[in-house]
Amino acid sequence: MPDTQDELEPRVRRIISRWGHDPGALVQVLREVQEEFGYLPGPALTLVARLLRIPYSRAKGVASFYSFLSDEPLGAYRVLFSDNITDRMAGSESLLEAMCYRLWAEPGKVSPDGLVSVARTSCTGMCDQGPALLVNGRAIPSLTSERVEHLCELILARTPVDEWPAEFFAVHDNVRRAGILLGHTQQPGDAIRAALQRGAAGWSEHAANERSWREAYVGAAQGPIATLEEIKRSNLRGRGGAGFTTGVKWEACRQATGLTRFVVCNADEGEPGTFKDRVLLTSHADLVFEGMTIAAYAIGASLGFLYLRGEYRYLLEPLEATLQHRRAANLLGNGICGQPGFDFDIRIHVGAGSYVCGEESALIESLEGKRGVPRNRPPYPVTNGYKQQPTIVNNVETLCATALIAVRGGDWYRSLGTLKSSGTKILSVAGDVARPGLYEYPFGVTLRQVLEDCGAAGTQAIQISGPSGVCVDATEFGRRIAFEDLPTAGAFTVFDASRDMFDVAHNYAQFFAHESCGFCTPCRVGTSMLVASMDKIRAGNGTQHDVGEIDRLNKVLLMSAHCGLGHTACNPVLDTLKRFRPAYERKLRSLDFAPAFDLDGALHRARKMTGRDDADAHLEAHP
Amino acid sequence: MNERPSFLLDGDEVPFDPGQTVMQAALAAGRYIPHLCYHPEFTPHGSCKLCTARVNGRLMAACTTPAGIATEVESETEELNDLRRTLVQMLFAEGNHFCPSCERSGNCVLQALGYDLGVMTAGFRHLFPDRPVDASHPEILLDFNRCILCELCVRAAREVDGKHVFSLAGRGIGKHLIVNAESGRLVDTDVKVTDKAVEVCPVGVILRKRVGFATPIGARRYDQSPISAQALADAPRPLERNHD
Repeated sequence: MPDTQDELEPRVRRIISRWGHDPGALVQVLREVQEEFGYLPGPALTLVARLLRIPYSRAKGVASFYSFLSDEPLGAYRVLFSDNITDRMAGSESLLEAMCYRLWAEPGKVSPDGLVSVARTSCTGMCDQGPALLVNGRAIPSLTSERVEHLCELILARTPVDEWPAEFFAVHDNVRRAGILLGHTQQPGDAIRAALQRGAAGWSEHAANERSWREAYVGAAQGPIATLEEIKRSNLRGRGGAGFTTGVKWEACRQATGLTRFVVCNADEGEPGTFKDRVLLTSHADLVFEGMTIAAYAIGASLGFLYLRGEYRYLLEPLEATLQHRRAANLLGNGICGQPGFDFDIRIHVGAGSYVCGEESALIESLEGKRGVPRNRPPYPVTNGYKQQPTIVNNVETLCATALIAVRGGDWYRSLGTLKSSGTKILSVAGDVARPGLYEYPFGVTLRQVLEDCGAAGTQAIQISGPSGVCVDATEFGRRIAFEDLPTAGAFTVFDASRDMFDVAHNYAQFFAHESCGFCTPCRVGTSMLVASMDKIRAGNGTQHDVGEIDRLNKVLLMSAHCGLGHTACNPVLDTLKRFRPAYERKLRSLDFAPAFDLDGALHRARKMTGRDDADAHLEAHP
Repeated sequence: MNERPSFLLDGDEVPFDPGQTVMQAALAAGRYIPHLCYHPEFTPHGSCKLCTARVNGRLMAACTTPAGIATEVESETEELNDLRRTLVQMLFAEGNHFCPSCERSGNCVLQALGYDLGVMTAGFRHLFPDRPVDASHPEILLDFNRCILCELCVRAAREVDGKHVFSLAGRGIGKHLIVNAESGRLVDTDVKVTDKAVEVCPVGVILRKRVGFATPIGARRYDQSPISAQALADAPRPLERNHD
């Protein structure tokens, strides 16, 4: 922590010069300043604003938007427990309690000695090996009470996190079923060379990467166009959830007018229950970057970004190393694979704790150093994206698939899966199953098949595609994973008969309220009111009126929310209400009316203060 | 003479100029669409969602939707006014609004919309947030309790005053208005009582000190005529309208 201004200034200056005094790098600068000082001290924010020539209020506005950034002091050890429903099911709450008890800490607050702060955070993407937590930004999965006890000892002994046992930080891939993607054998550069050859067959000599005068030559754009054609022929659709046809997106971007173009890989894998991108970035980073390079070749981009979610900060160094290898091997940089004009490089932008940044226009705002608020659309990123230039934003898995298609062709890819959903899909299976992990299937697989493969027993429900997806019950296990039936971004969270589906919906409602950006009225207010209604029901004070209010909130969110977060925020509650209504009704106090608060309970404090507990100190009417 | 392009608003033809939004075209044509965070002098951003309308069947904010993509717009329907009433209720429940003791009562856009749309009940449990006031400035009082996060002061400061006095911080239900000073106090900013940003607040957050209740309640702006009529009177009109 900085003691004086003199000590603070050179350290902040060093960070800012490394980012070239670029106000667009504000999120990265703030993240590094926080890594340096443990939080964002007021004088540091002022200095950042001054050096980047931006108003103080903008720096403050951005710093307070991202949940990992803090302008108030944090403990020397910042512990964030992953708070997905799968973590809770595996006992995260009692582990958090145990840690707080042992360290004299209160959740959400800094311990009096400034040693530690313990709090909850949205799903950290370790659902197959939960409960998990982050300590000073580093992931520790597979928590047990012994492990938590050990962590407490290390914290109390003030052992630096770098010196903690390496096995604490071991994150496993848990690939249970590999298909064409997880089982691929492509070497770095294979896809790029295949794309270039496809162009050469059309007697092209130039990549025309800059969309420059060279395209005036007959056949100059042949290579990129041949690649684009393969992607279109594959009928590949986006794997991030929305399912937009990749080839159409790329073509729209290629045809849009702009000074330059950008490729963005969306690795802000924030949907609770999803963790496939973590594995792809851990064990198949070359394929991800190769896909980005193919995209750059096809649309004519010379710069790309990988938007890495803050929870995966620990992957930054290995990913940078992979980029370095690729530059050394001429797979990035100028004249890639010896092709004149094929210039492309990739930068990594690390997020700072915001689910809504997975929405492509919010992601671009964040890339530009702003608050991650979704933009008004139209215009769409393919015409007005990063720095208002044509930009494609694709999911990690989508880009990996394009690298496979570049080698083996669109027809091959299309031969897999179903009519409207070509290729394969990686499912992140977690919850009440014997073998959680990644399962890759051709599209069209039934839920029953997946349940059988992962060793699920007595399954009551599956949440498909996380809180923003759908919840299905046992009568629907014959349904299929495909855009025609159940589209998914990958989460496949299984609940057995012992689970209370109300708790599941409650957890998801809290998630949406925590992650709402707050831009529009319906989502900002509505998600909080939804949590208030659920809290009330949970506390046993709920009535039929509250169920009606949930319906009303949902209608408002569906009709007027600014982006998908708001549109889907009520889904988990409505889905479970529809399928598991008794789980709610059991908790309702009466089926029509009851007061919103406990009248007698409100006197509790007064009784305590006066030391009375006689009959006259109680309300008669209390049931 | 060239025919101006047009769209249908609740069945009637509304002409527009290229570049106009549905809201701008409607107001210029003397048609009212309820709105709160939209102001003719500043860039629209579409956050309050009160102006949500059905544009070619899809629900969109009229203030940010280009008129060029609209062919048929529905606004005066029971479904949409119901939505607007709920949104007004949400804004009332989100902050601490006590109309009888508020200096802005009668001049308040939120209150006027409530009356005009026929909001009869609170509708939701109030959230009662803790929002301290800022009385540090000798001439201006900030009462954040009434803030509806419309960002009009943020936009007015940036676009008209050329300053950054106001900004937004936090996110979700914790989103709040801040001022451009490390101390967090208005007195430490470069605000002037003559700034556009001070004048533009539609509710009672930004108040000039020592001029309270100059106009008695009952004789104030929205006591005279409803907001729907006043918004039309204020709307910028084309200088000549020769399309008929």
